Amino acid sequence: MQQTKQRLLTGNKALAEAIRLEMERDPNVFVMGEDVGVYGGIFGATEGLFQKFGPERVIDTPISETAFIGAAIGAAAEGMRPIVELMFVDFFGVCMDQIYNHMAKIPYMSGGRVKLPMVLMTAVGGGYSDAAQHSQTLYATFAHLPGMKVVAPSTPYDLKGMMISAIRDDNPVVFMFHKTLQGLGWMDQLDASVGHVPEEAYTVPLGKANIVREGTDITIVGIQMSVHQALEAAKRLEQQGIQAEVIDLRSLVPLDKETIIQSVKKTHRLLVVDEDYLSYGMTAEIAAIAAEHCLYDLEAPVKRIAVPDVPIPYSRPLEQFVLPNADKIFREAIQLVNE
Amino acid sequence: MAISKDHLLWMYETMYKIRCYEDKMAEAYAEGKSPVFNIGAGPVPGEMHLATGQEPAAAGMCVHLKKEDTVTAPHRPHHHAIAKGVDLNRMTAEIFGKATGLGKGKGGHMHLFDPDVKFSCGGIVGAGIPHALGAALAAKKKGTDWVAVAFIGEGAANQGAFHESLNMAALWKLPFIVVIENNQYGISVPKTASTAVPSNDVRAAAYGIKGYYVKDNDPIDMYNVSKEAVERARTGQGPSIIEIETYRYLGHFQGDPEVYRDKNEVTLLRQKDPIIRLRNYLLNECGVTEETIAQLENKATFEVDQAYAFARESDYPKPEEALEDVFV
Repeated sequence: MQQTKQRLLTGNKALAEAIRLEMERDPNVFVMGEDVGVYGGIFGATEGLFQKFGPERVIDTPISETAFIGAAIGAAAEGMRPIVELMFVDFFGVCMDQIYNHMAKIPYMSGGRVKLPMVLMTAVGGGYSDAAQHSQTLYATFAHLPGMKVVAPSTPYDLKGMMISAIRDDNPVVFMFHKTLQGLGWMDQLDASVGHVPEEAYTVPLGKANIVREGTDITIVGIQMSVHQALEAAKRLEQQGIQAEVIDLRSLVPLDKETIIQSVKKTHRLLVVDEDYLSYGMTAEIAAIAAEHCLYDLEAPVKRIAVPDVPIPYSRPLEQFVLPNADKIFREAIQLVNE
Repeated sequence: MAISKDHLLWMYETMYKIRCYEDKMAEAYAEGKSPVFNIGAGPVPGEMHLATGQEPAAAGMCVHLKKEDTVTAPHRPHHHAIAKGVDLNRMTAEIFGKATGLGKGKGGHMHLFDPDVKFSCGGIVGAGIPHALGAALAAKKKGTDWVAVAFIGEGAANQGAFHESLNMAALWKLPFIVVIENNQYGISVPKTASTAVPSNDVRAAAYGIKGYYVKDNDPIDMYNVSKEAVERARTGQGPSIIEIETYRYLGHFQGDPEVYRDKNEVTLLRQKDPIIRLRNYLLNECGVTEETIAQLENKATFEVDQAYAFARESDYPKPEEALEDVFV
């Protein structure tokens, strides 16, 4: 038992384990998408499933996102629980009609009579010079459109627990996993991509943020990579005598406003960090929540760090310039506290 | 059909140059990525999709194209770019992320744009097809004899953009050609698992247009078929689909574990390499001398070496240049 508690898994193995457990539990669960079969998913989210469940339940599709995501909608309406992978979130453009006009709206338009218990999982994130069409996070694009839950876990533990919750949820869920937190052999090896994951099935609620570090001087809200960058910055801030509270948002829809508000009321300062574009994004949403609910608790203006409204550039110095990092967070936090 | 010897020599030189280019890119890409393979490390970071083995498709078509003709290419674009005459120095510099690159380091290997020779490519499967459709529409509206060619992989023929574009191209009788490079795999998924028809040229029937099929990666056949399709397009006879059975010697991307295919497959394919076959054809059937071949090969190698030297010697862009070329 002790060993189980100590077991370490990478993000992708945690995800694949969640899907395996749910496939064993419920025959209605199946997986569909490009290269999810023999390959095990380009980012390893379905590793080993094809070997265990075969091609009837782990289905390689043609490169036809409109058709196979639309087909997941049709299957979900029939009571199946499909998990369908959109390989890179950037590819949403070829199939967005199915996602936002149909997956997200049919349950509502049917007056709740049609349920779509499906998971659309997709890889997000940059930082490895894959350029403008393969490096976006697009959190806000999906979070903006009503009718679908949107989650973005940042640890192997949450990846597993939230995937199980997503599969069991009767609403359509967009499940974003960050490439560099999957623990892939061909990416920068981050400590953050490995973590403690129990062997049994467990759920982590959708719609609940996680305070990953408690502090009293400033609240830093992050999503996926920016959570880990914020934690690194927080360590350095501590050496300067600043106690930062770090919130891992985890769920973009539903958004856990209460955790953010309570934290801001405690620390009186808010810095929001997002790997998505700055304007009209999650940083603006969270700043607006602070303005609406705890403006008078703030001792300084809300600060935001995000990609400065340019497509993600290819060349390393350009990309590193636009992405958030621990240095930027550290500098911004110091300024904010001293303001 | 009469084959121009000059054309064949150009094709050989181009195919040889493409092969040199990709071999050298494989080496450059591997730099800095060992002992632990990290896709973001080294002088060429990010994904890398090489076209080694797929040279006949690009050379056999582009030999018939002029500067004013448009080419769109997919995420595996180097062979098309080279065959279309994209500036090799600036293309290489772009792939190295340098300021002297075609896109000043902003685009990278999957996003090469050279308006001087009307070449573009992109990282979204099938997305280049409607762009070529638009170029063909523009050519017709302007009253020119220009054509537009969309190169795609066989996987892209299952995208909506393919069917929608062909329907419109047929309806409007546009000078539009889709070249489908059937390299057998969409990443790991074999063609047999993604398309019920044995070859995509038969899909031409659905649009009432011309369909061609080129077997066994054959450069001469590709040359002949492309010649006919381009002439048809230039003379107002409408669009065509060409599917060429081609071969991807390497993985989908560099670093691909290739768990989905037998390692012998590539060994067997390499034994009938199209570059060697064309070389033999030139020597045995066209009266070309070894000396001429050697000259072409040296010229190609020199150009490629120059391009890599240019890319390596060029400077990186300044970080804050990330904010240029878009209104912020």
